[in-house]
Amino acid sequence: MSATKLDDKTLLWMYRTMLTIRRFEEQARREADAGKLRGMHSAVGQEAVPTGVCVHLRDGDYIFGTHRSHHHCIAKGLDIKLMMAELLGKATGTNKGKGGTMHIADIEKGMLGANGIVGSNIPVATGAALRAQVQGTDLVSVVFFGDGAANQGVLHESMNLAGIWKLPIIFVCENNRYAQSTPFEYAVAGESVADRAAGYDMPGIAVNGMSVLDVYEVAGEAVRRARAGDGPTLIEAMTYRYMGHFGADNPLMYRTEDEEDEFKARDCNRQLKGYLMENAIATEAELDAMDEEVLEEVAEATRFANDSPFPDPSELTTDVYVSYR
Amino acid sequence: MVTDVGVREISYIQAFNEALTDEMRRDPTVMVMGEDVAGAGGREGFEDAWGGVMRLTKGLYPEFGPSRVRDTPISEAGFIGAGVGAAATGLRPVVELMYVGFYGVCADQITNNAAKMHYMFGGKVKIPLTIFAGTGAGTNSAAQHSETLYSLFVHFPGLKCVAPSDPYTAKGLLIASIRDDDPVIVFNNRQLMGLRPEGHVPEESYEIPIGEARIVREGSDVTLIGVGYTTHVCRQAAADLEAEGYSAEVLDLLSLSPMDEDAIVSSVQKTRKVVIVDEDYPRCSMAGDISALVAEQAFDYLDAPPRRVTPPHTSVPYSRPLEALYVPNKDDVVAAAHEVME
Repeated sequence: MSATKLDDKTLLWMYRTMLTIRRFEEQARREADAGKLRGMHSAVGQEAVPTGVCVHLRDGDYIFGTHRSHHHCIAKGLDIKLMMAELLGKATGTNKGKGGTMHIADIEKGMLGANGIVGSNIPVATGAALRAQVQGTDLVSVVFFGDGAANQGVLHESMNLAGIWKLPIIFVCENNRYAQSTPFEYAVAGESVADRAAGYDMPGIAVNGMSVLDVYEVAGEAVRRARAGDGPTLIEAMTYRYMGHFGADNPLMYRTEDEEDEFKARDCNRQLKGYLMENAIATEAELDAMDEEVLEEVAEATRFANDSPFPDPSELTTDVYVSYR
Repeated sequence: MVTDVGVREISYIQAFNEALTDEMRRDPTVMVMGEDVAGAGGREGFEDAWGGVMRLTKGLYPEFGPSRVRDTPISEAGFIGAGVGAAATGLRPVVELMYVGFYGVCADQITNNAAKMHYMFGGKVKIPLTIFAGTGAGTNSAAQHSETLYSLFVHFPGLKCVAPSDPYTAKGLLIASIRDDDPVIVFNNRQLMGLRPEGHVPEESYEIPIGEARIVREGSDVTLIGVGYTTHVCRQAAADLEAEGYSAEVLDLLSLSPMDEDAIVSSVQKTRKVVIVDEDYPRCSMAGDISALVAEQAFDYLDAPPRRVTPPHTSVPYSRPLEALYVPNKDDVVAAAHEVME
């Protein structure tokens, strides 16, 4: 655990955010198992990464996600009612039911979209940083991607652009060790994504992604650098996806139970809970009560989603163009 | 070609897998690569953990080993391009592009290299590369994982394109594609993989010639043209029309490039009415191309203008009720057939 001095309010916000992610993902899994959606990518286990990053962000900053982005959305403050409705394809969803689990977006909240094409969002995030720089703001752009995307050429092109132009962007690789079933040790030459930053004139920092305090510290410095005009940073957060790639797959087809246990023993939520109790920031009873509140919020979101209507058939051909004439 | 007496019904996935296995046994230059085609990157104790996202390559790794069956990083431009280079220098790579919408990541390698090298280099280089990709909506997968995109590839001279419509054609077209000296794109519709197996698939090796359509049902009142999954839809529609007393002919296009123009024209000359059913985006599509062909070459025979049944000009929606409106179904085809038959 890091020794960073953090105020109680921020710590409790982070804990509540991580709990919300965990409980939302668990409920979303149940909705998927009930056949209400298919092919959902769960982020249980990875709560600390977006939480430790997004805590440093403010209105106007943009984040960009992946196919596995529910946790990014929640950390950036999206309404879980609208998210759950989107998962169920409802008219009240963040995207009016048109995008679904892999494409949640909320421009007002600064979430410029989850994306189903691996690596595809990285240059788009670079463009948001370009806009922030051109307009003379101190806003930043954050792009989350996985260890799989680390091998897409577009990451390298984008890091080079950000490097030569000193763009205010943070490249956050959530290394959860598997691209579908392919282990990162197999797919990433040199077995380090962070080391690749050296070629693009930016710091590359590997951090324990199972510790939100460690992520907090590293991301804080990266965001400060970006706001100050000192350029981009690449963060490689070493984390773990507890569930399969998309839900229907059994991860024990390609990894051992011992490995899973090793990471679950370092569960980010439990670690933070322990820290809060040890440092007398909250009692166990208070934290359990918070969990109950979160569970009720998730239940409310689920009721809202299930009670919402499907989109009107006319919506099939709306939004194709802003204006088509 | 068919020597068996009994009917051997296997799934699309099994038929495709059988073709790959047979070709790898027959020809040591055939190799397979793509994301998770084996799975777990060869990790000890977890070999063949995945077998491809559609399980089309299951079992290849244990039989043929890590040299000829390669999991790739998620680097489509890299590994599709490497497929082009390996093909140009003596292998017959079979490469999986998981979903056709991912073509964008590696389009340069497919359209500027694979499609053009034979021509640009004066016919001196061959690119015997096979790329197979998952297509089609109807699986609640939203706009980037549900596309069809035939016409993007058909547009490029130098690429051959085939779309199997059932297990029998999956096996025969894949074998023909692997043996072909040109680059071939094989479109595998995901809904076809989920259907109950129907029809005989011979155990022995056979090719379905690239460039030939087939008539899957003879008829005299109207021609229904299907491509891949929509052939299945046309068959359903033809059965409904028969119950109403109409005789519909179903033409299964199979090869998109080159396209069997003669088969289309002669069927339309016979029935004098045509409905073309295509799951791809409607603008600049196979449906539009076939419609133009019919208008140019069979105009005098037509009793009614050619009719296209396609999705609307929109991206694929996630929400299931909207998605159900998106994919052409048998009722759409029956209604269109009624229109052209008046």
